[in-house]
Amino acid sequence: MRLDRRTEQKLVQSGLWFFTALTIFILIFIIFFILKNGLPVLSFKFFFTNPREMGRTGGIFSTIVGTAALVVMAILIATPFGLGTAIYLTEYTRENVVTRIIRFGAECLAGIPSIIFGLFGFILFVTKLKFGWSILSGGLTLAFMVLPTIIRTSEEAIKAVPWAYREVSYSLGSTRWQTVTRVVLPSALPGIVTGVILSIGRSIGETAAVIFTAGSALRLPTSIYSSSRTMSVHFYILAREGISMPHAYGTAAVLILAILVINLLTYFLMSRFMRKYC
Amino acid sequence: MVPSLAIRAQGFSHYFGAKQTLKNINLEVRQNEILGIIGPAGSGKSTFLRSLNRLNDLVPGSRVEGLLEVEGRNIYEPGISVTELRRRLGMVFALPVPLPRSVFENVAFGARMAGVKDEEELTRLVTDALKKTALWDEVVTRLETSALKLSGGQQQRLCIARILALKPRFILLDEPTSGLDPVSTMKIEETLRELKKEYTIILVTNNTKQAARVADRTAFFLNGELIEVDETVTIFSAPSDPRTNDFIRGRFG
Repeated sequence: MRLDRRTEQKLVQSGLWFFTALTIFILIFIIFFILKNGLPVLSFKFFFTNPREMGRTGGIFSTIVGTAALVVMAILIATPFGLGTAIYLTEYTRENVVTRIIRFGAECLAGIPSIIFGLFGFILFVTKLKFGWSILSGGLTLAFMVLPTIIRTSEEAIKAVPWAYREVSYSLGSTRWQTVTRVVLPSALPGIVTGVILSIGRSIGETAAVIFTAGSALRLPTSIYSSSRTMSVHFYILAREGISMPHAYGTAAVLILAILVINLLTYFLMSRFMRKYC
Repeated sequence: MVPSLAIRAQGFSHYFGAKQTLKNINLEVRQNEILGIIGPAGSGKSTFLRSLNRLNDLVPGSRVEGLLEVEGRNIYEPGISVTELRRRLGMVFALPVPLPRSVFENVAFGARMAGVKDEEELTRLVTDALKKTALWDEVVTRLETSALKLSGGQQQRLCIARILALKPRFILLDEPTSGLDPVSTMKIEETLRELKKEYTIILVTNNTKQAARVADRTAFFLNGELIEVDETVTIFSAPSDPRTNDFIRGRFG
């Protein structure tokens, strides 16, 4: 039996609408659920005092600082390496066996579960290189973890820059480096930034890779050699060990708000940048 | 007086991998002339143009044989500065490609890349270039707006201005009006006639009438070969090769 076209169209449309609505509903439900449970806990004191009694009382200040330090370190390490790789793959070499191996390697790296990264970081940075449980070990591990994301998104963004721009740049007597830095990268920047934001999001939310490498000390970190607990690890321990569910939700709410703020801030900065260039 | 030679190709061939795209070209370009190059698609006319500023170098597998001299020097000999060469032979493409930046920065781009830092000098270069392409009056109030907001014809004249700011000796145009309306095309052609006084111009065009209108001499390319080159009047009234005749009468191509 065949449905007539109208009915078919209607069915498909409502089916797709249902999936979209369900997706959005789940997203909103999660955010609403966490904010509903978390927001009442938030206060000036919650943000700006260190945890006391394992986090049962006090705030989460040291974990906010620890998270920020780890994420900043991971991004500062991963971005130059990732972007450099992407530039090399797209602008400085032609498709060959080596580029395919690099790309394949990056893809495999992306598929590795984060706990394996944690174990790897623990063995290499914490024990072999004797960095101990520290922001340094955690930052390096996170950097390895987000590297494939930054390589892939940067590469896609650079590839999407019209070939004609490069041709024009070269025909006006630019060198390759000038073409890359003055023409290609500015045009690819929105895509590159998207990759960096994704990586920030992944780093902020990462637990398994961090708990093995940065440890779970509650003290305020004082150097890159300090052990530190991130918000996500704090949340995990609070909930897992039943220390304080309200504070766990409070921490989760801060995490979600942080990601929201970072996204909004970046879109704001990007739109200002785009107005200058386009 | 015999006009002095600006470009000389002697037994010049070009290959993309195993495919020969230019076959044994012998062609001379005189100073301050407009040389039109006509021929069907795939005849090698763009490849010849791109050999002159070595833009073909960007394509993997590109290879040349023979001699191609610009102002007395073989441009494929070792030690030639390709960036300097490209500044000397400015190129305008079929579709106008303004870079995503302001009108001013588009015209100043080449000079900035060449290391000009003095803002006053840049302003002078940009102003001169825009005036020469008759674009100045149209964009004087919009120098800081995005070049992408100009009309198609304005964008193409901007692209011409962009190479003029480099103080080139040659202007290479690769079907510069193929995407433009008749009025914009007319303006570009007027600009070219003006520019002839100072520059040597090579105009590749898919519009034979355009060659008839603006070129001093016209060359006809077919399948990578130069069939003939002569005064435009001669080419269009009494070509010596029957294939040229067939092409300009519109029998093929």
